Amino acid sequence: MSLPINHIIGLLSDNLKLRKSVLPLSKNSITGWAKGLNIPKNGNTVLYTGHMYQLMPSIAFLGKIIGMLENSALNKTLGLGRFFNKIINVSMFITWPSRKMRNLYDKRLRNIAEMLTRSGVEYGYLYGKEMYTGALIYDMGVDDVFIKHAHRVYQLLKDNGVTSVITVDPHTTEMLRDIYPKFIKDYKLEVKSYLEVLNEVDIKLNNIPDKDVVMHDSCIYARGLDVLNQPVKILEKAGVNILDLNDSKKLTQCCGGPIESLFPAKSVEIAKKRVDQLNKNGCKEIVSMCPICLFNLQHAAENTEIQVKDISEYF
Amino acid sequence: MSKLNPDFILEFSTDEEFNPNACINCGTCSGLCPIGLDALPRKLSRYIVLGLEDKILEEKESYFQCLLCKLCVENCPTQVNISSNVRTARNYINRKIYKI
Repeated sequence: MSLPINHIIGLLSDNLKLRKSVLPLSKNSITGWAKGLNIPKNGNTVLYTGHMYQLMPSIAFLGKIIGMLENSALNKTLGLGRFFNKIINVSMFITWPSRKMRNLYDKRLRNIAEMLTRSGVEYGYLYGKEMYTGALIYDMGVDDVFIKHAHRVYQLLKDNGVTSVITVDPHTTEMLRDIYPKFIKDYKLEVKSYLEVLNEVDIKLNNIPDKDVVMHDSCIYARGLDVLNQPVKILEKAGVNILDLNDSKKLTQCCGGPIESLFPAKSVEIAKKRVDQLNKNGCKEIVSMCPICLFNLQHAAENTEIQVKDISEYF
Repeated sequence: MSKLNPDFILEFSTDEEFNPNACINCGTCSGLCPIGLDALPRKLSRYIVLGLEDKILEEKESYFQCLLCKLCVENCPTQVNISSNVRTARNYINRKIYKI
């Protein structure tokens, strides 16, 4: 019995419309990673997380539930869930992210922020005011909800005098750089991925891997945003040996993540196929640069000798 | 028997990026698709151009299986905006069928 995808899309888009995120998180879950870093509030240039790293532990938990419902008669209750979710935040009760996982994802954000600071890059952070960009709802094709939200995010940036953002993941980068301008008149914002920023300055990695690695290029970075050589250069400058792979760069293959919430079993199948490709030359360490890719590939590589790391773990 | 509707394409989308007419049905996209979707993307183009609304609705779930990874877009010999067209199909299904 397949999942009632209309109810899942409906629930997620209702959340974005009513609560400004597909899975609303507490302020502490969103900003906890920045504690003690003394990042200035506001500024013309801000680090814009788009909540992607912070959302992953909740998405992982939700993915497990959806996976269990995929072939169960219980999935009919999702319609009821959507009905009540309009009144109370039901998604809050069905996502219990593990503390360990939250700490790991927070640490990656801290690593990125600390590396930018060490490299002399000046930036602020909007803390609790920052919003998710609506990437998933755009992908699912719920345009009216997405467009309203995009205006909301842009207004927030304008109200806070932000003219330039440093992003930490491909989905947020794509939204702010390529998609928002299609829907917002006179849109003006400089958008750079932290990988592009770090590639332009001198950096020193703290945790250089002692073995060869293989890169898993993000589809969006590689084919949409031309973020191709920057992550390679960042690692190679530090002496990391990156093994060649046919299915990489512009021909990189997907991690399966984009369909995780609607077709979980298929998503795992795609991720396993990708891990096999990345392991073709026997390389046991895969480097990812997107929180969604990271989660999916790690999940697919569980119980194997293969390690999947976010590039920020080398910082 | 399927009903053809040549005006369907206008109802489907007026987006400038929407270009199913550019598809030459070569199948490069279907051959490359990591998810192995046959219905997508080339069939979508035919269905829209011919106005086969019932076929689109018959395969509505397939459109949501697309990863939007753009491997097909990267290799399309006639630059069809496949991912964008798929997203447009999703928008149509959300509006017309799912009422979202």
